[in-house]
Amino acid sequence: MASQDFLIAYLPILIFMAVASVISVAMIAGSLLAGPRKPDAEKLSAYECGFDAFSDARNKFDVRFYLVTLLFIIFDLEIAFLFPWAIALGDIGVFGFWSMMVFLAVLTVGFVYEWKKGGLEWE
Amino acid sequence: MIELWNTYGIWTAWTLLYIVLIVGGVMFSVAYLTYAERKVLGGMQRRQGPMTVGPFGLLQPIADGIKLFSKETIIPSQAHRVVFLLAPMMLFALSLVAWAVIPFDKGWVLANINVGILYLFAISSMGVYGIIMAGWASNSRYAFLGGLRSASQMVSYEVSMGLIIVCVLLCTGSLNMQEIVLAPRPIWMQVLLFPMFIVFLVSILAETNRTPFDLPEGESEITGGFMVEYSAMTYALFFLGEYANMILMSAMAVILFLGGWLPLPLLGFLTFVPGIVWFALKTAGVLFFFLWSRATLPRFRYDQLMRLGWKIFLPLTLAWVVIVSGTLLSLDALPGQKEKANLLAPVERSVESLIEGGEEILRAIESVGDEIVGDEAVDEE
Repeated sequence: MASQDFLIAYLPILIFMAVASVISVAMIAGSLLAGPRKPDAEKLSAYECGFDAFSDARNKFDVRFYLVTLLFIIFDLEIAFLFPWAIALGDIGVFGFWSMMVFLAVLTVGFVYEWKKGGLEWE
Repeated sequence: MIELWNTYGIWTAWTLLYIVLIVGGVMFSVAYLTYAERKVLGGMQRRQGPMTVGPFGLLQPIADGIKLFSKETIIPSQAHRVVFLLAPMMLFALSLVAWAVIPFDKGWVLANINVGILYLFAISSMGVYGIIMAGWASNSRYAFLGGLRSASQMVSYEVSMGLIIVCVLLCTGSLNMQEIVLAPRPIWMQVLLFPMFIVFLVSILAETNRTPFDLPEGESEITGGFMVEYSAMTYALFFLGEYANMILMSAMAVILFLGGWLPLPLLGFLTFVPGIVWFALKTAGVLFFFLWSRATLPRFRYDQLMRLGWKIFLPLTLAWVVIVSGTLLSLDALPGQKEKANLLAPVERSVESLIEGGEEILRAIESVGDEIVGDEAVDEE
């Protein structure tokens, strides 16, 4: 029963998701039906400041965008560990505090290495 | 049948009504946020802003909506049609769904789940997908670059936002949005959290791609970024979603730092004012900060943006987590803290054991010396 109560709290969110999806689909579908449709080749080509696109736009891109997302994964995971720690810190006390400090110190070493290697530079 | 209606039907009807109220409220706020934005920008540039449609231009947002609805939806021939149409829908739907856990007043919350702030954090992270999808599916250079920029910008500032939320959680001891608001906060705790409030305000500017961090759109360089190929309602959904996110982030700032629906301190005699009015006023105050910064600040460069996010905000917020947790722990102010904690206990213990060890060694040496002396004494005999 307890687990059912726990899950029932999420039911409104599920309903809300369904309603929000219906609203957004209806808005686009309605506009597609209501608006005019007069396509021509120029109108449907990708916008490129006045000339035709030379090649496909899904091209090579700067590796630093990729590096940033890699870094993000590491730190977001760290935050995922910090959330329960922050809630439970009153219970786990000094021992829990210093355990997390050791963990953060290890991460900080990695972060400093990344910084010194120039992984955060954008010039 | 009637029994079934009594058990489930009323609940469902009530939930649906609440959802409709939230969606209506959010859409109304978005419409008049665009109006307020144009009026505030106009006022700050000594113009009048919209004045033509209706009295004081009050019907301008509605006119804009009708115009966008009746325009032609262009789907570029090179685009991936399904993803192209899915992206704005996803962004818009997510920006609505996030409101499910926001408490507008005491008990006025659709889903009172016990991990409310985590849910909010997760939903706001998923907004990146809509933007990346739009950038990729458009198959246009500007859109692609805008999508990439936006994604890495949003994830960069999400890290510091997460750490700021951890700071607040340390003070409240709960992930439930209502309990976060109701958790007692002495003045010194507010002072301790104040720098995080400032960082949070800047981070939400970056998170919602607003000036001075509006590089993903950057009209003067990439002509609108990931939205460049969108028109009519597909564009409108991006627009609505973005503004709904702005309001959501302001509401989040209000809940985390400004006491949600509670009256402001020193104005406690105004308790007869309904909580939702306080909530709306505080949110409007944070939103004014969005508009103000748009009117006054020039756009950042991309390297400056990344430097601010990774080299300043991340170390600062990380250090603040350590400071807040250490301070609360040693002042016994953590919610649910059982015993008085001595932060330096491990250090003291190790120093004590070092001293003990040293004393033991000294004793051992002495006893060995005694033995030697004793042996010599025996020899002499």
